[in-house]
Amino acid sequence: MTVKHHLSDELLLSYASGNLSEGWSLAVATHLALCPECRKRLAAAEAVGGALFEAIDPVAVEADALDNVMDRIALPVAEAADIRSSKPEQATAPEDLSFPEPLRSYLGDRLNWRRLGSAQQIKIATGDRGTTCRLLKIPGGQPMPVHGHRGMELTLVLKGSFSDDDGTFARGDIEEADEGIEHQPIATEGEDCICLAVTDAPLRFRGLAALMQPFLRI
Amino acid sequence: MTTRGTAPTSGINRLAKAPSAGTVKQKTDGAALSALLCAIGETQDKEAFAELFKHFAPRLKSYIIRLGSDAGAAEELTQETMVLVWRKASQFDPAKASASTWIFTIARNARIDAFRREKRPEYDPEDPALVPDALEAPDEPISREQSAAQLANAMQRLSEPERAVLHLSFFEDLSHGMIAERLGIPLGTVKSRMRLAFGKLRAALSELGGQPT
Repeated sequence: MTVKHHLSDELLLSYASGNLSEGWSLAVATHLALCPECRKRLAAAEAVGGALFEAIDPVAVEADALDNVMDRIALPVAEAADIRSSKPEQATAPEDLSFPEPLRSYLGDRLNWRRLGSAQQIKIATGDRGTTCRLLKIPGGQPMPVHGHRGMELTLVLKGSFSDDDGTFARGDIEEADEGIEHQPIATEGEDCICLAVTDAPLRFRGLAALMQPFLRI
Repeated sequence: MTTRGTAPTSGINRLAKAPSAGTVKQKTDGAALSALLCAIGETQDKEAFAELFKHFAPRLKSYIIRLGSDAGAAEELTQETMVLVWRKASQFDPAKASASTWIFTIARNARIDAFRREKRPEYDPEDPALVPDALEAPDEPISREQSAAQLANAMQRLSEPERAVLHLSFFEDLSHGMIAERLGIPLGTVKSRMRLAFGKLRAALSELGGQPT
């Protein structure tokens, strides 16, 4: 399997810098699992972050900072606070290897497909209110359902393939569609096409809700 | 692209204290930092850790403050991140990343964990569904520290606007749309500057043979 449609530099840099929200990051990270080439580009993007970090103007830490840290590392590690521990519990989805991590854990252990026109979908819950993530299954030869969005869309193919004006997209390929782009992808004849689709959520929490966010966080 | 919600912060507290004598920015050899990390990973060398702390803790604090934390929260997270550096040091592979890059990724993730309610999805290198790296012909071993030095030089040669978009993305936690707003330029220009800057930096890395383009 060779991936033909890759992540854009902008998306990779956003992910590397840590400012890409969870929904988009889910598609990016799942593509990375399927694409060694983009993993190398990610390493380069992180090296850019490392170079910027190295060149930053230092800010003095408290006088007792080193002593504090030394005390803490001397303590036995109760639960090794692995910073990757934030990922969800590993679960085994039925179509297991079709769904690499991190997607597999997000899907849980049972795939509950719901009808969506001639297609089927599973909504994927994330902590990111700004995006909607779903798994779509489109029967071969059928067009993708219209999601009714006006913003960005990321589509990662996991099974089968689809075609549109930009070519054919198969497992591992990711399509980044910008605002205003009209496209009507059609699943390739003969096999269901399963993809992860991430879109800007139709409802955005701006205005009052955004003002209240710092309070809701507490 | 949306960013996650902003970190809880006063947002005003951006005072940069004058660095004390111990934290004056000094030119430190990347290879030496890498060796310190390896010593910590292999033998839990506390003296090596103290050295590493002197170099990186003030950078961590600066990084966290720039991303919007007040000084108190930044101090706390700096210390926490250094604890993580100690615990994870045995996972550091000098063939894969420079010390600065590795610590940058730990700080980035620690910050997301501390201040965001969202997760950061990452691929799992041990996942059987992962498509493995192609086996490459072993070419001349280029140390990551060498390529980091090369990268730092290339960074100096970027135009000011190119450097600015990278800074805003890595240090201000701004989405590309927000960067466009901040700079008063179209989103397309932000993206093309990103691509241009990243292209130049990757070209500098591939000259060394250390990174594929």
